[in-house]
Amino acid sequence: MALLEVRDLRVSFDTPDGTVRAVRGLSFDVEAGQTLAVVGESGSGKSVSTQTVTGLTRGATVSGTAYFDGTDLITADQSTLRHLRGARIGMIFQDPLSSLHPHYRIGWQIVEMIRAHDHVISKQAARKRAAELLTLVGIPRAEERIDDYPHQFSGGMRQRVMIAMAMALDPALLIADEPTTALDVTVQAQVLNVMRRLQQQFGTAIVLITHDLGVVAEMADEVVVMYAGTVMERAPRRDIFYRNHHPYTQGLLASLPTRSGERLTPIPGSPPSLISLPKGCPFASRCPHVFDKCRTEAPPLADIGPRHQSACWLPVQANEAIAS
Amino acid sequence: MSEVLLKVDNVYKEFPTHGKEVVHAVDGVSLEVFKGETLGLVGETGCGKSSLARCMAHLYDVTSGSVSFEGTEISTLSRRAMRPIRREIQVIFQDPYGSLNPRRRVGSIIGDPFAIHGIAFGNERKKKVQELMELVGLNPEHYNRFPAEFSGGQRQRIGVARALALRPKLIICDEPVSALDVSIQAQIINLLADLQRELDLTYVFISHDLSVVRHVSNRIAVMYLGRIAELAPTDELFGQTRHPYTRALLSALPVADPDTADSREQIILGGDIPAATNPPEGCRFHTRCPKARADCAITEPPLAAVLDDTDDHRTACLHPLTLGEDLSTAVPDLKAS
Ligand SMILES: Nc1ncnc2c1ncn2[C@@H]1O[C@H](COP(=O)(O)OP(=O)(O)OP(=O)(O)O)[C@@H](O)[C@H]1O
Ligand SMILES: Nc1ncnc2c1ncn2[C@@H]1O[C@H](COP(=O)(O)OP(=O)(O)O)[C@@H](O)[C@H]1O
Ligand code: SF4
Ligand code: SF4
Ligand SMILES: [Mg+2]
Ligand SMILES: [Mg+2]
Repeated sequence: MALLEVRDLRVSFDTPDGTVRAVRGLSFDVEAGQTLAVVGESGSGKSVSTQTVTGLTRGATVSGTAYFDGTDLITADQSTLRHLRGARIGMIFQDPLSSLHPHYRIGWQIVEMIRAHDHVISKQAARKRAAELLTLVGIPRAEERIDDYPHQFSGGMRQRVMIAMAMALDPALLIADEPTTALDVTVQAQVLNVMRRLQQQFGTAIVLITHDLGVVAEMADEVVVMYAGTVMERAPRRDIFYRNHHPYTQGLLASLPTRSGERLTPIPGSPPSLISLPKGCPFASRCPHVFDKCRTEAPPLADIGPRHQSACWLPVQANEAIAS
Repeated sequence: MSEVLLKVDNVYKEFPTHGKEVVHAVDGVSLEVFKGETLGLVGETGCGKSSLARCMAHLYDVTSGSVSFEGTEISTLSRRAMRPIRREIQVIFQDPYGSLNPRRRVGSIIGDPFAIHGIAFGNERKKKVQELMELVGLNPEHYNRFPAEFSGGQRQRIGVARALALRPKLIICDEPVSALDVSIQAQIINLLADLQRELDLTYVFISHDLSVVRHVSNRIAVMYLGRIAELAPTDELFGQTRHPYTRALLSALPVADPDTADSREQIILGGDIPAATNPPEGCRFHTRCPKARADCAITEPPLAAVLDDTDDHRTACLHPLTLGEDLSTAVPDLKAS
């Protein structure tokens, strides 16, 4: 059994304009010690789905299951979730400033976080642990900097502090939502390196949400490609890049800038509204291979190879020929 | 392609802070922009890209140095004297959301430059605006819509249309695609390429994303802490990287290809970018450079051709990289020289 098993997750929000169906039947597994990358364009439901799994979506209608180590996170009560978050499931968000309290010292915030879950640890021991954690994530002179305020840290350092806090209680699962999107590439490389090292050291499973296919190629074991609230393709990393099946995956890759500067092949148009989704395949309006059936019937996520699934009506062979 | 359109000569731009310090945003930059080319400008946040761009368009007064456009010095011109030249140099800004007034209709937003310069009125202006909308791939019937009714990519097209209104010669694009998803980013990159060909435009293209800059640029300038570290034709910058910072930037760029990602050299820079209020003495990269030696902390390297490079490839480094040199194993030694 996988560490986290999400099945048929559905999340919708009632808004004055209508019901936004942000997540529509999402299923995926995260294996212990592995990195699952969730990739997709903005608005595809990456954040809403992981926030729902950790009980952080407010005012939404939710259905489906998300088993973490035997507990269904969707039906679990708030106190169970509060315990799991932090102790067993660490979380990192895109904007580290919004997750750190500006008026409290960095060290104090880490100590409070540790003591909230570990009721026997002494203040002194927790402080020592905080300094160790800061060293672990590559903050130089951690002993001195532990009493700094967040604004005294650079963006990259704050993100490393968030990783330190997320890792404080040695969680089995780390959910990182665009952890490096706001960072420069050299700092991003540092932060991704820290995540990789911690995973090797502690065997942490990572769900890495990103829109950057470069980050996916660097970090992922398995990849889920999301579009309009649902999975288009799911496969091990190399299959996503070299033996992909879904036209949306192919469209994303073809949109990337090239070394030669030759003309790009963008996906035409833009994603559909999640309030009035068309019948059939959600990608149909932008797909170069669309045919009649696509517009009437939504393709299911079907097995097309070992650990490889795709939600597209095209036959497997024909489509691979297109890819190459 | 060697007619100089814009020349930046030893430009400094300082900003006062609340305390006694000043921010050295642009700290002695010289470069030329050639007619018809795309010059890329890359570097990490705060290195001075946008400040330099604003100096180029004379949206900022320079602290010292000069900028000239087609041989005329513009950095000292009054607003009035600048007017005719303002038409020739347009800027497309970073944020397609923030730079459009949400309460104004797009037709009137795109028509702004006509209004400012007193060109074309009434129906004639509307017609011109609709032609521009067509040119950038917007539906001219959406003339009366508000910015909120457009997607991010469409809003960036609005910015492009407005910049094109007065048929400028030079367009400075400040992170025009950074806020966009890849599929939309590709649409805008293609649009800019088409317009360049059709309208004979020159671009300065600013981005922190080296893969985008590589795709669009003929030449690239790499900035670090207010100065240019390396300036070279695109192929040379990548094929024969001289500056350790350029190499570090290249190696940090994630590549969307698992084989390459698994096999390439990774140079993880230590530390953070020093504050722009107090750039390091000597070479300003010496606090993080894997190759730093004692002289690097003392002597500021000039931007010049190094080793056997020709003058179109300039590097500001005392110990430039030789072809094939391995930087990932280099260790700084500030005691030795
Ligand atoms: N109006 C201003 N007043 C004071 N300081 C400024 C001002 N504009 C820019 N700076 C400072 O000047 C330096 C260069 O800023 P600039 O905006 O040019 O960077 P940039 O390279 O465009 O960065 P980014 O990639 O984040 O857009 C930074 O330290 C910045 O904080
Ligand atoms: N609280 C909310 N109320 C209404 N719609 C929401 C809410 N949160 C998210 N959405 C919508 O759900 C969709 C998915 O959002 P999100 O998961 O944040 O996307 P991303 O893949 O960029 O992380 C978007 O259309 C977004 O606008
Ligand atoms: S099902 Fe049809 S429209 Fe959808 S991705 Fe496949 S070919 Fe394209
Ligand atoms: S001058 Fe010295 S410190 Fe600066 S980049 Fe060259 S080797 Fe590094
Ligand atoms: Mg998100
Ligand atoms: Mg900028």
